[in-house]
Amino acid sequence: MRDIVLNVNGKTRHARIEERTLLVSLLRDTLGLTGTHVGCDTSQCGACVVSIEGETVKSCSVLAATLPDGTAISTIESLATSDALHPMQQAFSECHALQCGYCTPGLVITAIDIVRKNPEGLTPDLIRKELKGNICRCTGYLNIIQAIMRGAAAMGVPTLAAEGEAQ
Amino acid sequence: MNDLRDRFTGRLEDRRFLTGTGRYVDDITLPHQAHMALVLSPYAHAVLRGIDTAEAEAMPGVLAVLTGADVLADGLGPVPPFFMPKMWGGPEGYATLRPILCTDRVRCVGDRVAIVIAETRDQARLAAEMVAVDYDPLPVVTSARAALEGDGVPLWEDNPTGNLSCSLEMGDKAATAAAFAAADVTLHRHFLTPRLAPASLEPRGCIGHYDAGEDRYTLHTSSQDPHGFRAVIARNVLKCAESRIRVISPDVGGGFGLKAHMHPEDALVLWASRRTGRPVKWIATRSEAMMTDTQGRGQEIEAEIALNRDGKVLAVRATAWTNMGAYFWGTATPPFYFAMQLIPNVYDLGAVDLTNHAVFTNIAPMSVYRGAGRPEATFVMERLMDEAAAAIGMDPVELRLKNVIAPEAMPFKTATGMVYDSGEFANMIRKARAAADWAGFPARAEASRAKGLLRGRSLISYIEVAGVMNERMELRFEPDGTLTILAGTHSHGQGHATVFTELVADWLSIPAESIRYVQGDTDRILVGRGTFAARSSMLGGSALLRAKDALIERAKEMAAVVLQAEIADIDFEQGMLKVRGSNKALSLIEAAKLFYLPAGPANLLGIGLTGAGTAAGKPGAAPNYPNGCMVCEVEVNPKTGALTIERFVAFDDVGRILNATLCEGQIHGGIAQGLGQALLEAMTYDEDGQLTSGSFMDYCMPRAEHMPAVDSYLLEVPCATNPLQVKGVGESGAIGTPAALVNAVMDAIRPLGVTSIDMPVTQARLWQTLRDAEAGV
Ligand code: FES
Ligand code: FES
Repeated sequence: MRDIVLNVNGKTRHARIEERTLLVSLLRDTLGLTGTHVGCDTSQCGACVVSIEGETVKSCSVLAATLPDGTAISTIESLATSDALHPMQQAFSECHALQCGYCTPGLVITAIDIVRKNPEGLTPDLIRKELKGNICRCTGYLNIIQAIMRGAAAMGVPTLAAEGEAQ
Repeated sequence: MNDLRDRFTGRLEDRRFLTGTGRYVDDITLPHQAHMALVLSPYAHAVLRGIDTAEAEAMPGVLAVLTGADVLADGLGPVPPFFMPKMWGGPEGYATLRPILCTDRVRCVGDRVAIVIAETRDQARLAAEMVAVDYDPLPVVTSARAALEGDGVPLWEDNPTGNLSCSLEMGDKAATAAAFAAADVTLHRHFLTPRLAPASLEPRGCIGHYDAGEDRYTLHTSSQDPHGFRAVIARNVLKCAESRIRVISPDVGGGFGLKAHMHPEDALVLWASRRTGRPVKWIATRSEAMMTDTQGRGQEIEAEIALNRDGKVLAVRATAWTNMGAYFWGTATPPFYFAMQLIPNVYDLGAVDLTNHAVFTNIAPMSVYRGAGRPEATFVMERLMDEAAAAIGMDPVELRLKNVIAPEAMPFKTATGMVYDSGEFANMIRKARAAADWAGFPARAEASRAKGLLRGRSLISYIEVAGVMNERMELRFEPDGTLTILAGTHSHGQGHATVFTELVADWLSIPAESIRYVQGDTDRILVGRGTFAARSSMLGGSALLRAKDALIERAKEMAAVVLQAEIADIDFEQGMLKVRGSNKALSLIEAAKLFYLPAGPANLLGIGLTGAGTAAGKPGAAPNYPNGCMVCEVEVNPKTGALTIERFVAFDDVGRILNATLCEGQIHGGIAQGLGQALLEAMTYDEDGQLTSGSFMDYCMPRAEHMPAVDSYLLEVPCATNPLQVKGVGESGAIGTPAALVNAVMDAIRPLGVTSIDMPVTQARLWQTLRDAEAGV
């Protein structure tokens, strides 16, 4: 067992964990942050994506005990305020980019990261490539791509519609 | 209600999913909850000689280790299929009885052998590894045809027909034989549709809780059909009254048919809870899910078509072998049936002669997966059409136009006995052809050729049968004047909370914010069939319409008392109950509140304003027939086998559109799954019956990069069989896409002498096919 201190969604959280505890289990089972999901056991699906010190990471592939004390983690629960969704969350809703919602937290975190990493602008094809680590079994991705374009615009990043893209 | 595309602003259920506050089963933790782990058979076929649980029982945290012997000792019953083909007028067939834990024999890898209950998930899993099981391996068969034709060990010794459960026959043998004898051209093809993993992103999972004080069970489970789960568990396993079980299916992370029927774990957690006195949770790991989930598809078929040189199709003949796996399980009957019944598709075929054999093998059981038999049927017919067009040198679109059923022929009874009520098939084909610039293809093909690439195209039609069983919906005003929809259907991504709320808000002229949508709880919903087979818009919607009518009738009683008029003189318009020919009126919401007052007219009329409605589909009443047309264009690199989808146009007749954005969402998702089937996905087993696609590393599903841009068009041809005039949409995209993609690939490579290619058309397979063609193999 080990004691760790993390900064999760802006709050200091203490936890006593086993060495083999995965970050995703710490978040879900110990801290009760169940918005981060588990869809696979081989780091393929991206349902568990969170942000660690500003980097998106699959939380199923991180041993919580390896994180230095004070590490900042943000999860899907941190994005909305009581009266407003984050522009990317809003875009997902407006573009009908979610159906069952299981992949959604990981995708929204990934989407915000894609926008941040590409300040010079986004195209649907670039988004397609950037989404290589995420599986959505419901939507067929087209509305997710649209939503990321719209969310990027709302976050102030230019978007360039590729020719022949979905209407 | 009209096309809402322009004013779509999001779904009512979106907020909780977007903010991480959805409630999937694994998000629920009950006080004092323990955990279950499974001991699964590593053998595909073996005699179970003995199980030693001593070491596992001594492991830390272990509360119980239970085996098939305990199942028998506690009198828990085995599970039969949800229903057999006989219920739909088919043959009797051999129905397996599957124990929730195996007792003397295992018949596939992943068969459940024992369970361990422990304080934590990890402790349960560690202890499960210590359960020692003595197996005596038996010969294994994984292919349906081999299981029938070979001389291996039958899976079910008391089945008089060996490994055959039943053979379904449709059509007219004599008329078909005569048509084949008279035809100018006949051709034969062999097709394989591999087994597929539904692979909802949320794996199956459940929590069982036995309340000894009440002698009552609660099951939280990821289900498409909570009442169906309850019925099977009560009737077959626990042998108790259904009302002694409450099934709650909260937010569900995708179903696709996988969660339309119970799996053994749903009963195991309830029993484990009774045995340990603790709530017991089980959530499948992905590898467990891949091994233990039911799968879809799995068909081998020999198919023939007979036609004249002018393009008139005279008959189709086919024999199929459906790989049922080790058990006839869940809702395996619909895919087994529809795979034959929908072969005539949108065409006026003279005659058919179709046989489908349901065969037991040593792989996981087959059940429904999005499309359920309809993609198989469409694939057979549309592949034959393209091969036939090539054989007689006719444009494949013209061949289809020559054979489609005309709108004037509706209602039209097909050669397999389906009665189509509506559909403008030729119109749709022409529109799709134009939208995809069919005429411009030669120039595009030339441009591809200049780059050293092969270009191919396809146009396919599909039809679906939607709206099975019956449904009930209820509307209930609450004392404060808000309204609750109690739905018998079950949404797991489809957006019912939004669509049904919009419908009711529109009908009753009350704001959507004052409507609450409730589903997935057998204590709150009297009865329901859940959601699968694209049934909810028609059956849920029609039942909801009737519930609304019943509610208004009841509200009129209140208006008559308050406004001192005859009930017959009250009209309901725009939220108001009005006395005809006067300006006396009472709002529906005021009337509702009066129904709940402790005094006044409620004393006369009785307390409460509710309305219930039901609707029925197949069998017994008419279903609906969503249909559509897809055009696909691909480019193939003949050197590498790389494939790109250059154009994808989808026209879908969904009847009256309730919400265009949600319809298109369903179509996109279906196309992605159809693309997975055509190009990427296959559940595979080696000759020992070992699963070789047991994780997301081995089982390749479409990612964003695989998805082409899709031009989706909705065509509204009103359905004649239901008051909302709607048709289903949930399966549409998945049905036609495999045929569209494979036909386009074939069009590109047929000139090289290729006559057939199996799914999934992976780059490796395409490359090999091209090399074989070069070598003249
Ligand atoms: S759960 Fe982490 S990638 Fe699938
Ligand atoms: S919305 Fe269901 S997996 Fe993406």
